[in-house]
Amino acid sequence: MKLALSSDEVAFRDELRHFYKTEIPVEIRDRVKYGHELSRDDIVTANKILNDHGLAVPNWPVAWGGKDWTPMQRHLWLDEMQLASVPEPLTFNASMVGPVIAQFGSEELKQRFLPPTAALDIWWCQGFSEPDAGSDLASLRTTAVRDGDSYIVNGQKIWTTLGQYADWIFCLVRTDPNAPKKQAGISFLLFDVKSPGVTMRPIKLIDGSYEVNEVFFENVRVPADQLVGEENQGWTYAKFLLGNERTSITGVGKTKVKIGLAKDYARQTRTGHGTLLEDPVFAARVAELENELLALELTQLRVVSNSADGKPNPASSVLKLRGSELQQAATELLLDIAGADALPVDAEGIASPAWAQHTGPGYLNYRKVTIYGGSSEVQRSIVSSTILGL
Amino acid sequence: MDLELTEEQTMLRDTVRELLHRFYDGEALAKAGETDPGWNRTVWKQLADLGVLGLTIDEDDGGVGASPVEVMLVQEELGRALAPEPVLDAVVIPAELLKLTGSAEQRGRLLPALAAGEKLLAFAHAEPGQRWPSTEITTAAAAQGDGYTLTGVKNPVLRGDVADELIVSAVLPGGGTGLFLVDPAGTGVTKRAYRTFDGRRGAQFDFDGAAGELLGDTVDAAEQIALVQGYAQAALCAESVGAMEIALTLTTEYLKTRKQFGVTLSKFQTLTQRAADCYVSLELARSMSLFATAALADGGNDPVVASRARLQVGKSAEHIGQEAIQMHGGIGVTAEYPVSHYVARLTAIGQTLGGALEHRRILADRVGSYDLPEL
Repeated sequence: MKLALSSDEVAFRDELRHFYKTEIPVEIRDRVKYGHELSRDDIVTANKILNDHGLAVPNWPVAWGGKDWTPMQRHLWLDEMQLASVPEPLTFNASMVGPVIAQFGSEELKQRFLPPTAALDIWWCQGFSEPDAGSDLASLRTTAVRDGDSYIVNGQKIWTTLGQYADWIFCLVRTDPNAPKKQAGISFLLFDVKSPGVTMRPIKLIDGSYEVNEVFFENVRVPADQLVGEENQGWTYAKFLLGNERTSITGVGKTKVKIGLAKDYARQTRTGHGTLLEDPVFAARVAELENELLALELTQLRVVSNSADGKPNPASSVLKLRGSELQQAATELLLDIAGADALPVDAEGIASPAWAQHTGPGYLNYRKVTIYGGSSEVQRSIVSSTILGL
Repeated sequence: MDLELTEEQTMLRDTVRELLHRFYDGEALAKAGETDPGWNRTVWKQLADLGVLGLTIDEDDGGVGASPVEVMLVQEELGRALAPEPVLDAVVIPAELLKLTGSAEQRGRLLPALAAGEKLLAFAHAEPGQRWPSTEITTAAAAQGDGYTLTGVKNPVLRGDVADELIVSAVLPGGGTGLFLVDPAGTGVTKRAYRTFDGRRGAQFDFDGAAGELLGDTVDAAEQIALVQGYAQAALCAESVGAMEIALTLTTEYLKTRKQFGVTLSKFQTLTQRAADCYVSLELARSMSLFATAALADGGNDPVVASRARLQVGKSAEHIGQEAIQMHGGIGVTAEYPVSHYVARLTAIGQTLGGALEHRRILADRVGSYDLPEL
C-alpha cells in the first residue's frame, strides 16, 4: 500500500499540467473557471488543440487515436484538465458515440466517423430521452421503419444538450415494436440534423440559459448504412454508453476549483467580525465539504485502480451520485458567500461583482446534475440491485 | 499510488478472519460482553500465537515488526467480527508508547510479554473535566528517592479493569508531561472498574502518592502521546469500517428475507434507496480509512490526516448505524440480535479520542491556511 504517486506518474502529471496551462488559451480557461458561458468556437478550439496533441480521446482504441494508458494515467489526464479549467473534449463525441462506434460499429462506420468525431469536425448530440421516456429510457417511442436502403424516422426527443450547435445526432429508435421486451426492439442510428424533417427547438432553462432542446422527427429519411451494429441491439450499446458517461461526470477537479474560488471570495467578504472565512460556522462548512470531496477523490482512485479491464464498474454509480451532490454543494457555498450581491444578474457598472451575480443562476442551473446522466434515484437503484443484491 | 493488499497481507487477513469467525458467530457475539472481562482468553492466546499481538513490536523485542497496514487489517477484522479482545487498548497503544519513550531495559521487560499475550497494559491519560484534544493534565508526579509518586485522577481508562500495569501521564516536577509505569494493585491506587455501553470495560484510577517508574528519560512526552493517538485514530477507523460493513450486510440480508405485506422488504424502494446511501457512506469511510493507513505506512503521522479520516468515518458510522437499526425495525433495538451490538460499538468509537465535533474543529481551524486540500 502506497499513497504517493510514482515518479513516472508525477512526471506524467506535471507534463500535462504544463501543457494545459500553456497550450489552451487562458481566456477560454477563465471562462470555464468562473462559470461563464462558452461559445461553440471555444469548445471546438480547445478540443482541436487537445486532439492535435493526441489528448482528446485517450479512452478510445489505440488504432483510432486512443492511448495505451494505465487507469491512473487516464485519471490524471482528466483531473489535471479539470484543475486547469480546460473544457473537456465534447462528451457526446469523446465519451459517448465515439466509444460506441469503436466498439460496435462496422469498419466502414469507424473510418467514416471516428476521425472527424475525435477532431470535433462533426459535433454530435444525443437523442435518447423522450417526453415519456426519462429514467425509464427503454419506453422510448420514436420509430424507424425500414424502407429500401433507408429508415424512415418519426417521433420526438427531449433534453438534447447543445443540440443547437450539433451537426449530427445519435439516436435510439424503435425498430421492432412487437419485440417481447421493450428493450429488445431498439436500434442505434446516426444521422445529420440538417436532414429534411428534423426540427430543433431550444428550451429556456431556470437560469435563463439555453442548453437543451426538443428535437422533432417527421419522416426523416436515414440511409440504412448509418445503423450502428445490429438492428434491435441498440439497448446493449446504450447501456455501454451510459456506463461510460457516469464515470466521467464525477467532477472532483471541477468542484475543487469552485471551492478554491469560494475560499478566495470568503476571504474578501467582511462580516462585522472579521472575514467570512474566519467565521467558525462557515469554516466548519468548508472543512466538511473539502473532506467529503477528498473522500470522493480517494474513492474514485480506488475505482480507477480496480477497473483495468475497461468495463464500467457498478461503483461508478457511487461516483456519479456523490460527485453530483458535491458539485451542487459547491454552488450552494458560492451563492451563500455572494449573499445579497447574488441578486442582480448581468448588471454592468454596479457594485455587485460579476462572480457574485453569477452564483444565483449557477446554483439554479446545477440542480440539473443530480438529474442528468441517470438521476440520483436511478444510481441508488443500480447500487442496491447490482452491488447489494436487493 | 497503490491501495491494494499484497498476497501476504491478504493471507493474514483471511487467517484472522477465520480465527475470529470460529469464536464469534451470532449468539456468542451477543453474549460476549455479559461476563467479565468481556472477552475470551482462548482467543487472546491464539491471537498471540499467530503473531497478531506482536505485529507492531520489533522482532528484537519478540514481535513481528509489521507495517501499519497489517495492524489496520487486523483492526478491520476485529471490527467485522465485533471481537472484544483488547488488542488496541491493552497492546498496540501501550507498545507504541513504550517504543517511543521506554528505556532499553523497560522495552525488553515489557514488549516481549505484550507480544506473547502474557501481559496487558492500559494507558491512563484522560482526566475528568478535560476533553480530547486538550493536553492539559493535572495528575502530578513528585520526586521521591530514585523514583516518583503520582497523585491525581484518570478516567476513562479503557481496559483499565484488566491491566497488569498502567502507563500513566503526569506533570513532572520540572513542568513537562512524563509517562510512568504504575502497578494498579499498588499502594495509593484505587481502581473502580465498570462496563462501557458497547459491552466492553474501563476503569477509573485515583492515585494518591502511588509509586511510578518514569518511562525512559523523556522530559516531555506530549509529542509522543500525540503520535500514538494518531496511530490509534487510524486503528479506530479501520475497526469502524469492518463493523460498518457487517452492519450493512446484516441489514441487506434482513431486507432480503423479512416479509411484510406478503413480500420481502427488498421490494420497497423506500428501503433499498436508503440501503444504497449506506453503501455510499461505507465506501467513503473505507477510502478515508485507507488514506489514514497509507499515510502511516508512508511514514507520515499527521494529526490532520487522522482527523480527516475520523470525521468521515464517524459520520458514516452514525449514518449506517442509525439506518441499520431503523431498517431492522424492533429487532434492531434488541440485545438478542447482532446488529444492535455493532451499532453500540460504532457509537462508542464515535466518542473515543474525539468525536465529529472535535475533528471537524481541527479541520475548520486551518481551512484558511491553504487553497485546496492535497492528498
